[in-house]
Amino acid sequence: MSSYSNTARVNEARRVAIFGGTHGNEMSGVTLVNLWMKNGIEIQRKGVEVKPFITNPKAVEKCTRYVDTDLNRAFTPENLSAPTGDDLPYEVQRAQEINRMFGPKGSPEAYDVIFDLHNTTSNMGCTLILESSKDYFNLQMMNYIKKAIAPASCLVLLNEHPLLKYSTSRSVAKHPVGLEVGPQPQGVLRSNIFEAMRVILKHALDFIEMFNEGVEFPPCSVEVFRVSERIDYPRDANGNIIAMVHPNLQDCDWEPLNPGDPMFQMFDGKTIHYQGSGTVYPTFINEAAYYEKQQAFVTTRRETLVASSIRKA
Amino acid sequence: MEHIFFPPLSRIAVCGGTHGNEMSGVYLVREWQKQKVDESGALSITTVLSNPPAVNVCRRYTQTDLNRCFTNALLSSPITDTTPYEMRRAQELNAQLGPKGSEKAMDLLIDIHNTTANMGLCLIFYSSDLMMLHIYKYIQSKMPSVPVRAIIMDIPLSEAFSLESVGKHGFAIEVGPQPNGVLRADIFNLVKKSLDLAFEWIQEFNSGCTFKAGEVEAFTFVKSVDYPRDPATGEITAAIHPQLQDADFKLLRRGDPIFLSFSGETVKYDGEDNYPYFVNECAYYESKTAFKLAEKTTMTFPSISVKN
Repeated sequence: MSSYSNTARVNEARRVAIFGGTHGNEMSGVTLVNLWMKNGIEIQRKGVEVKPFITNPKAVEKCTRYVDTDLNRAFTPENLSAPTGDDLPYEVQRAQEINRMFGPKGSPEAYDVIFDLHNTTSNMGCTLILESSKDYFNLQMMNYIKKAIAPASCLVLLNEHPLLKYSTSRSVAKHPVGLEVGPQPQGVLRSNIFEAMRVILKHALDFIEMFNEGVEFPPCSVEVFRVSERIDYPRDANGNIIAMVHPNLQDCDWEPLNPGDPMFQMFDGKTIHYQGSGTVYPTFINEAAYYEKQQAFVTTRRETLVASSIRKA
Repeated sequence: MEHIFFPPLSRIAVCGGTHGNEMSGVYLVREWQKQKVDESGALSITTVLSNPPAVNVCRRYTQTDLNRCFTNALLSSPITDTTPYEMRRAQELNAQLGPKGSEKAMDLLIDIHNTTANMGLCLIFYSSDLMMLHIYKYIQSKMPSVPVRAIIMDIPLSEAFSLESVGKHGFAIEVGPQPNGVLRADIFNLVKKSLDLAFEWIQEFNSGCTFKAGEVEAFTFVKSVDYPRDPATGEITAAIHPQLQDADFKLLRRGDPIFLSFSGETVKYDGEDNYPYFVNECAYYESKTAFKLAEKTTMTFPSISVKN
């Protein structure tokens, strides 16, 4: 046993929320949450209140990512503390409402855990998104989920980057968990993607139930992919995209990208190569929603995080 | 069948962004406009971004589907203050590239589309256009590494509602799978290659080659199948079954699974053996289509050559 192994006492997770439709055209979450709002028996667990919730109903109705502004970037301190008013963008009003219902963010009254369900057009498979490398509760939960679904894979993306991290809807909770499953086109519901997300949530809720019952989870190591850099498409002087993700990189999320490897293909067929200093692991490769955010893909570095054992306080 | 003569083709239109979120056509047209591509050999090429407002917001359409606005009836209806944008735009495109059915129309109109369905490369055209069967056969023979299929619409041109019906000859290139709003290099490369091959064929045709009679397999629409829905709310209650997902053009037999309900039940196909296509096409949720069904037929065509 290492010197890490003082057991961390963490409060029971009594209040849990499952968010769907944070982006209105990411159909797995919309469908699952609507299903569970009609009949929540599948998500009931002893000793915990689990609330399914559609975060962006107007975007869901229009089957669009957002109406005025991206809800999953809207939970900034400025937005949350702005005076309420009808002139605020729809999603900022929603962020304030969600912060009232499930927060306030950063306070003791905030929900214990929020699962935020997303899809991506990238070939990321099942991905759990972690916002803090020190959240041992989340690390233990993610370790539990990975082991439970093995040999199927579920990778962990850590976004703790000071410039690239963003204010998500789930960040209102003490333990925010992003679920990102792809590839799935916007507006489309694929059965395999839907069922994969459903299974991950099942294991996540099982973990919470066991934790609340007093189970101690021993120290664990979790491999994570830490967000490193955002890479944009090559653009011309007017900001128009002049190259596409190279066929050799397309769909190769999580596979090593080495200096000199093909990265983009120009419209005339010419190849642009990756010029970084070392091997990186790209992800969010060719996500539809990120063209407007100047992101063709994001690079990550592999790291092993260690979580101490945890038990309920 | 008797040999047919056709006049030469010299004015070609290439259209993209008829649906503003189908990115291959959007980027191809933009690139050709940037490079000022207006000819290929002796062919004059006109590139058109069909629905610019929809392209700007990366949506299929702004008020109504542009690619349903080209029937003769709709093209001649009067424009009022309440006429949706796309209906006005259709009449503008008809004036620019048509008028449909007249001598002034483009010799060939090619409209580029993408689908979220796993359809590979499909050429969509009308049964009345025997020249198209030759172009299809040519493209298919020169692209052996991808599935190239023909979907033939057996409707009179006056009732044809899509943009390509405006040209004297016309076809849509439909390539998938590609999500809306995404530009995949492999799909873009397929579109570009099929256009290059079409131009190659046209140049050979114009130079006097005789193209022999023959036959080719093609698919014709039979019917659409909707998702299972809750009778009270109309909401969808099942997803396309994993065995049907991505299985476009694989024969569907009675008893094969087609839907998997959210509560875990399998719904089986209860019809004649047919070929599913547009399986889980995003845009068709709105038009209550989970997939379409086609019959496979053999189309015979006569030999053809140019007559100046």
